[in-house]
Parts: sequence; structure tokens; C-alpha cells
Amino acid sequence: MSVSDGGQVLTLAGHLPILPVVVPFMAAPLVVVLGARRLAWPIAFAASLSALAVSVALLLQVLEGGGVSYHIGGWAPPLGIEYRIDAASALMLVLISGLSTTVLPFARRSLAHELEARRHMLFYAAWLLCVSGLMGMVASGDAFNIFVFLEISSLSTYALVASGAGRDRRALTAAYDYLIMGTIGATFFVIGIGFLYAATGTLNMAELAVIIGENGTDRTIQTAFAFIVVGMGLKVAVYPLHLWLPGAYTHAPSVVSAFLAGTATKAAVYVLLRFMFTVFRPEYLFEVRALEVIMLPLALVAMFAASVIAIFQRNLKRMLAYSSIAQIGYILLGIGFLSQTGLAAAVIHLFNHGITKAALFMGVGALLLRADTPFHDRIVGLGRRMPLTGFAMVIAGLSLIGVPGTAGFVSKWLLVQAALEKGWWPFALAVVGSSLLAVIYVWRMIEVLYLQEPEEGGRAEAPLSMLVPLWTVTAATVYFGLATGLTLGAAQSAAEGLMSGFIPVAGEGGGG
Amino acid sequence: MDWSYILGHMNYWLFTVMMMTGLYIVIARGNLVKKIVGLNIFQTAVFMFYISIGKVSGGTVPIFPTDMEIDPEVTYSNPLPHVLILTAIVVGIATTSLALALVVRIHEEYDTIEEDDILEIETRIAREENRAHGGAMGGRA
Amino acid sequence: MRHHLILRVSTKLLAGAIMLFAFYVQFHGDYSPGGGFQAGVILAVAFVLYGLVYGLEAAQEVLPRRVVHRMMALGVLVYAGTGVVSLLSGYAYLDYNALNPGMPEKGQEAGILLVEGGVGITVAGVMISVYYAFAGRPPRISDEEW
Repeated sequence: MSVSDGGQVLTLAGHLPILPVVVPFMAAPLVVVLGARRLAWPIAFAASLSALAVSVALLLQVLEGGGVSYHIGGWAPPLGIEYRIDAASALMLVLISGLSTTVLPFARRSLAHELEARRHMLFYAAWLLCVSGLMGMVASGDAFNIFVFLEISSLSTYALVASGAGRDRRALTAAYDYLIMGTIGATFFVIGIGFLYAATGTLNMAELAVIIGENGTDRTIQTAFAFIVVGMGLKVAVYPLHLWLPGAYTHAPSVVSAFLAGTATKAAVYVLLRFMFTVFRPEYLFEVRALEVIMLPLALVAMFAASVIAIFQRNLKRMLAYSSIAQIGYILLGIGFLSQTGLAAAVIHLFNHGITKAALFMGVGALLLRADTPFHDRIVGLGRRMPLTGFAMVIAGLSLIGVPGTAGFVSKWLLVQAALEKGWWPFALAVVGSSLLAVIYVWRMIEVLYLQEPEEGGRAEAPLSMLVPLWTVTAATVYFGLATGLTLGAAQSAAEGLMSGFIPVAGEGGGG
Repeated sequence: MDWSYILGHMNYWLFTVMMMTGLYIVIARGNLVKKIVGLNIFQTAVFMFYISIGKVSGGTVPIFPTDMEIDPEVTYSNPLPHVLILTAIVVGIATTSLALALVVRIHEEYDTIEEDDILEIETRIAREENRAHGGAMGGRA
Repeated sequence: MRHHLILRVSTKLLAGAIMLFAFYVQFHGDYSPGGGFQAGVILAVAFVLYGLVYGLEAAQEVLPRRVVHRMMALGVLVYAGTGVVSLLSGYAYLDYNALNPGMPEKGQEAGILLVEGGVGITVAGVMISVYYAFAGRPPRISDEEW
């Protein structure tokens, strides 16, 4: 057919945008076809590692030379599906693949403790599908393609959450709740895309942005906007739509919680950002004032209500889950400011909170090796018996609060700055106030871990295969707290890219 | 707002009614299987909506003649929504079967598929946990 | 085991025809309505019907569980592998022209047949495996509860 623009020979470097999605996507069925339990983990790790390498290469390429576009099947957009990588998406790709790569070595021992051996192979297959889905959501520049990848990642997530059923049957109902809410959210998202398609006749996000920018908006497009925001809000766990999250994070195996807390909601936030800022444009958002009247109050409620609920939890995992909802409040607050600094704060908090929460959940996973449940009274004094694990959790906890020198500080500082830039000092105070609540629940964790005598004495440190990933992520929270150049630079240029719509792609590379 | 307006937007009316029916079932029914049925109706409404916007009046099947001589007089229906919905249907099937599998497992563990009963069991578990692990702080929330 | 003689005989007759029809739908999918999704489901129907009439064990003797599991994954591998082949030969991912650089039309045809084949294998595998998974559970829900 004449529409195809193939025929051009590409080097491997030209294929970079598709590889982070394809490699885990190929690895997942490979694990099942080979069917060998011993091979599952090495394949998963190799796939995840190579996805990380490609993502880092992409990030460097994007920061240097601007966005990259890739045409699937050699069909040029708007007809074909386009993958578009810019600073924001490259940063997300690095976050997702990086977390998967560090959590996987941890998973070996943790899963051996928390999941029957015969389920491990399918677990890793679902894991790889989830990684591939999340990567696809971030990389794709086609609205419907995002939905498909969203569902790939969601469906595998439900299965991953439900795999906690061997330890606690409530994992099943948690997964069921998540499935119902997630499907409603995804379906709302599809309705939104349908309205957009009906109004504009295209699904390519760059093209959508151009058409909406030229023709202005009408009621169809406003409806589309509402559906997309609510649908993605469900996946993000915006405060009143968060009900699936605590159960899912509490009852899933610890590795799943660590990975999901760091990536799943974050990828959804990314899609929300893409639609709000790239497709609908900031001018439109000003016009409908949706952010000021909806996002900001909800963000504030999340920051305080979820933090207060977290304080009263007796289950460490559940406490961390509620803290996640509160932290999503910060991200929404940054978005709600609708300024470049605010957006940069949101993007950098996506990243920083992702690694912080992953470290904390991994810590819980390590504690679970020694204590049977993550209830506070069962883990008393474990910080003394497991000094390295405990210390890593303390550092990650400090980052959760936002103590200077940790990654959490950078994003909160930027958030406060964004608030002051707008002259909205009450919001700056709110950020500080909510951080004080975080001090309380993190202190409760420290108190339980250190200030009481352990039930039984003796050192019982976690094995090395768990300590290394845990400390890698913990070190990353400190590193990104001190050396802010890379993340801050990427977040700034991501925010710039988001505010100005799609960056024109250099040379329209990729398949065309 | 006259009759032709209402009839002209028939697909939207049907879509809305069907979608709300499905959503209502998901929210109002306590039986986990019925919830899934509601979810299916809800999703099907969206499929119908997509298909209906792909309809071009007087359009024919969008298959080009083999000699690729396209007659400009012929209008073709828009095939893209159908393709999208084919994908969405497959996703829907996957969701349904996963949900049903979860329901089977829930029934094996809880011996019921009524939401109220499950909630009762879980509240009891939470209460026992609170008793065992100190304090009545933090419920199911 | 002598019950339902008509059912059993007609199932044996039908199963082959159903499978044949599945392959017809599969291989005509590239230029007429049809394709992997439909063909996969139809193919699965043959096995489900056989399982319903002759019992799950009989069906699983023909097509054991682990084969079905491998089928699901194999189809996805064929699909994604087609993309990788075109990627390795210097074209965009899933650019079927790569399969026959001299004649792009033939390449497109081969590509769609391969991809649809992958889809067909996976869909058939998934549908059969869904049936196996649900039918293989011990029936604990009594009739009154429904």
C-alpha cells in the first residue's frame, strides 16, 4: 500500500523507543513457553536489565537532542501508531525499568518466603507483562494504544495482587475490588478517547493537540476531558477514588507492593499529565478552571486525611499504603499550581516518591522474613536485630518526610517554591503541615523498630540478596537528594516539554 | 430541542441508558458475579458507542477492490472504530475471565459470593487482628 | 457411558468440521472478514464441545493442560517475533515489508498471515485454558445458590 512509508533501513539506535516495551513483552511468553522454573527469574532479570539500559540510553539521547518518534510498522502518523519519547516519558521509562531491575533480585528470597514455588513461573510472566504494559503506557503517543497498554499492565497487576492469597485470603477481595475500580476507570478513559475521536477524527496525541489548539473546544471535548480525568483519577488513586489502594498494597506480596507503589500509580499520573498538558493544553485548563476547583482541594484532602489515617494504622504495610495516597496528593498539588515549577515539582516527586516508597516496601518485605505479619507489635525491636534493614528504612522514612539531604526534600522544596511563586503561601504551609503528619507516622515506625526490646534476641539480618537491592534504592534516595542535577534537569525539561505541548521531533526519525 | 434532535442522537441516548444501567448494577448489587455482569453491560455500552460513531450514512464495507482502482463516488464506512473495539472486546473478555476466576477463588476461601457476607467476615478478621495486635486503632477503612 | 448417543456421535462429526471452519476463517482473514480472533475462538469451541460431551479428562487427553499453556505464550511469541524479525532486518517494528523487501505486497500478506496466526494460536489457547480452569474446579456451588 502506498501509505506505508517503510523501506528505510534503521540502525539499532533508531529502534530505541520500541525496545523497552518489546523486550519485556517478548520475555513474558518466553518464560511460559520454556516452562522451566529455574529459568524464569534469570529471563525476567535479563529482560528488565536490558530495558533499563535502553531507557537510560533514551534518556541521554532525549536530553541531548530532543524528542524521538517511532512509527510502528512503518505507518506514518496520524494513520499509524506512533511512539514518542521526550524528557518526561524517558524519565518515567528509567524509573519503571530501574525499579523493576532492582526489585527483582529482592524478589527471589522474598517470594520464596511469601509464595508457593509452583506459582513463581507465572508470577514472573505476569511481572514482565506488567512492566511491558507500564512502559507502553509511557512510551506510546497514540491515545487508544495507551488504553491497551493500561489494560495489559492492569490485568497483570490484578493477578499479581491476587497472588498474595496464599498468605491472606483478603488478597482476593482486594484484587477483585481493584479489578472493578480499575476496569471502570479504564472504561471511562476509553469513553473519553471515544469522544475525542468523535470530535477530531484522530487518535494520535500530537495531532489531537493540534486540532484542539486550532479549532478550540466544544462540549464534546469538555466531556472527553472530564471522562479522561476521572478515569485516570481512579487509576492514580486520587483521594476519593483511592479505595482500592490500601487493600491491594497491604495484601499483595511485598515485592509487588514495592514495585506497584513505585510505578503503577506513577505511570497513570504520567498519562494524566500527558492528556492535561499536551493534548488539552494549559490554556484550556485555565479556561475550565478544573484544576483549581477540583484538583487542589482534593490534593489537600489527600495530603491530610490520608496522612491522619496512616498515623492510626497498626499494620506497617497498610500505613505505607495510606502514606502513598497522601504523597499522590503532593503530586496533584504540583499539577494544580499549573506553573512550570509546580509541574517540575510533580514530575520530580513522581520519581523521588517512587524510589522512596519502593525502599520502604522492600524493607517491609525483609522484615516479613523474620516476623510473620507486618503488624507493629510483631516487628518490635526488629531494627536492632536487623540493623542494616532497619537503618535503610529509617533513611527512606526520612525521605518520606522530606528531611534535607534526601530525595523527598528536593521535591517538597520545589513544591513549596512553586506555591510561593504564585503567592499562595497557605499551600506552602499545608505542605509543611502534612510533612509534620508524616513525621508522626514515620516516628511510629522508628519507635517500633528501635525503641523496644525485641521479643527474642540475636542478630537476624536479611540475606544479602535482599540487602543489596534495598540499599541500592536507599542509596539512590540519598544520592538524588544530594546530587540533584540529573533529576532536577530532567524534571525541568519535562515540565517545559509538557507546558509547551509536544516538542517538535528532530528529523522525524524512527520508522519514517 | 425538538423530536428530530432527540431521534438524531438516538445512539447517544441508548449508550447513556445502557452505560448507566451497567454502572448501577456494579454499584447496587451485592453479588460478585452480578457485579461482573454489570461491568460487562457497562463496557458493551461503550463498544456500541464506538461502533455507532463509525457509521457513515450510505457507507459500504471498507474493503478496497483488488485492482486498487478506488471509485471516488463510493463512500466507505470508517473501519477504525471497529478495529479499536475488537481490541477492547478482547480486553473485556480477559477482564471478565480474570474477574470470574477471582470470584471462584473467593468462593473457595470465603464460602460465599455475597458482598455483605464477605464484608462481615473481613470485619471480623480485622477485629480479631486488632485484638491480637493491640488497640482498636485503625479499622478496615 | 452409553447415554446421549446422538450427542456423542454428532460431536465427533462436528468437531472436525468446526476445526476446518476455523482454519478457513483463519486463512481468509487477510482479504475477507475473519482473522485470528474469530478463528481462535472457533477452534477452541471444537475442544470445548468435545470436553462438554466426553468429559474434561477426555479433552485433556487430546490437548493436555501444559500444551494449552504453551500455546497461549507461543502465539504471543509468534506475533512479537514477527516484529523482531522486521526490526532486525532494519525496518520499523512490525513493518511487514521487511519479510519480502523485493515485493512489499507479498511481504504485507506474509506479515499479516504470520501475525494473525499468532493471534489465532493465543486466542484458541486462552479460550481452552479458560474452559479447563473453570471446568477443572471442584463444583462447590450448589444449584440453589445460583
